[in-house]
Amino acid sequence: MSAGTHDASARSAGYGFLLRQLVARDFKTRYKRSVLGVFWSLLNPLMTMGIQYVVFSALFSGQVADYPLYLLSGIVCFNFFTEAAGAALTSVTGNAALITRVHVPVEVYPVSRVLSAAVNLLFSLLPLLTAALLTAGLPGPSVLLLPLGLAFLALTALGVGLGLATMMVYFRDTQFLWGAVSMLWMYLTPVFYPVSILPEGLRRLLMLNPLYHVITFVRTLLLDGRVPGPGTWLGCAASAGLSMLLGGAVFTRHRDEFVMYL
Amino acid sequence: MIRVNDLSICYRMPRDRATSVKEYALRRLRGPVRYEEFWALRDVSFTARRGEVLGVVGPNGAGKSTLLRTVAGILRPTSGTVALEGTVAPMLELGSGFDYELTGRENIYLNGAFLGYSKAFLDEKYDRIVDFSGLGQFIGAPLRSYSSGMVMRLAFSVAAAVRPDVLIVDEILSVGDGEFQARSAERMRELMRGGAAVLFVSHSLDQVAELCDRALWLEGGRVRELGDARSVCGAYRAGGGS
Repeated sequence: MSAGTHDASARSAGYGFLLRQLVARDFKTRYKRSVLGVFWSLLNPLMTMGIQYVVFSALFSGQVADYPLYLLSGIVCFNFFTEAAGAALTSVTGNAALITRVHVPVEVYPVSRVLSAAVNLLFSLLPLLTAALLTAGLPGPSVLLLPLGLAFLALTALGVGLGLATMMVYFRDTQFLWGAVSMLWMYLTPVFYPVSILPEGLRRLLMLNPLYHVITFVRTLLLDGRVPGPGTWLGCAASAGLSMLLGGAVFTRHRDEFVMYL
Repeated sequence: MIRVNDLSICYRMPRDRATSVKEYALRRLRGPVRYEEFWALRDVSFTARRGEVLGVVGPNGAGKSTLLRTVAGILRPTSGTVALEGTVAPMLELGSGFDYELTGRENIYLNGAFLGYSKAFLDEKYDRIVDFSGLGQFIGAPLRSYSSGMVMRLAFSVAAAVRPDVLIVDEILSVGDGEFQARSAERMRELMRGGAAVLFVSHSLDQVAELCDRALWLEGGRVRELGDARSVCGAYRAGGGS
């Protein structure tokens, strides 16, 4: 028997209940003192889209069919990614008081943050799906693959978030670094510009960007109404898999040490 | 049942720790990071059987809190093992996990989830928890409107809702007003006598001598003495213990 024996006996219920409680807490406190409440999750991507549409439509409208939908789908996906990874980043340091006092597996904190972001994502899907209905018409059966695309996205974000949360424990400037990196990442991802404006060399480099594959997956479903090609599937699986593998490995390697650095 | 075997805990901290990526990079250029070791516990062994109350005494910095945290599973042993059987109730830092924006009711569930209770268990005990806390209609109000005494009453009521097999107690709390203090102390004694294996840290030697069967005297992270509660307390008192 080892130190781990607490778990098996005392926790027959598992951590599902705790995760649900944490996500519900995030949801309730987030909107408790705001007038528009949950509507922010709907409005936020629409406002960003409005601004970027005004700025970029003259440039790109001719090159992309359904540019507003192209823009909105990119924004919703990318916003979720930065929100989830950013929330996971502070999840360990932000819960220091709990981690040093209560015995629950540390991964509960980043996972609950990403799940909370996913709840917000569900709300921002509302304007996205409405826009898809208005521009591309009634979606075909391929739209049923959308949850899968979002799962790829969430796993990619969780993996990155786990790595960032670990780094944050040791280096408190990770937060600011991530602010700059995520900004750069946005410009390196075709959120508001079409891939076609990139020169050949850069386009090949885009293959290394996990978000490119995931956003392409979602856009193929919503804009073209068809099932993404094998390259995109492979890209998505690799993004989610590698991200979880690397982030998870870094996190599990260091998590027992967190308590001493908090 | 609590069984602790040759338990050692070492805090390993980098000497002049870098707290930013920039600093770290600069340090690495200058040479490898050196670590400083501090052994908070060294080769500690003991068992507490069901129905047995084991008191832990020792001066500040002896490793008492580290021991409690390790048994509660928060710290991981550097070497040695900690084995527990059954439901564990750590009565440490009550109210961790409370969210002051949420109502008393919502916090019962949130805090309960942190303590590892299931939803069914909380549904069943909910009325009794509210009754015990004596919060009445305030249970529907957000915690930020509570007085600190009310928060502690709620925290204690949630923590004391279980009948644990292993109970970890850091001082018998005196929270709330006089009436609640008496009730919470009574409930604590009830839990301690209720057949659990109890690990009880206190600075009050009188309480240890009164409530415990055996006592463990820690000093500098090592076991100085382990045995009958009265004689260990007597030796500790005589041996210059505070």
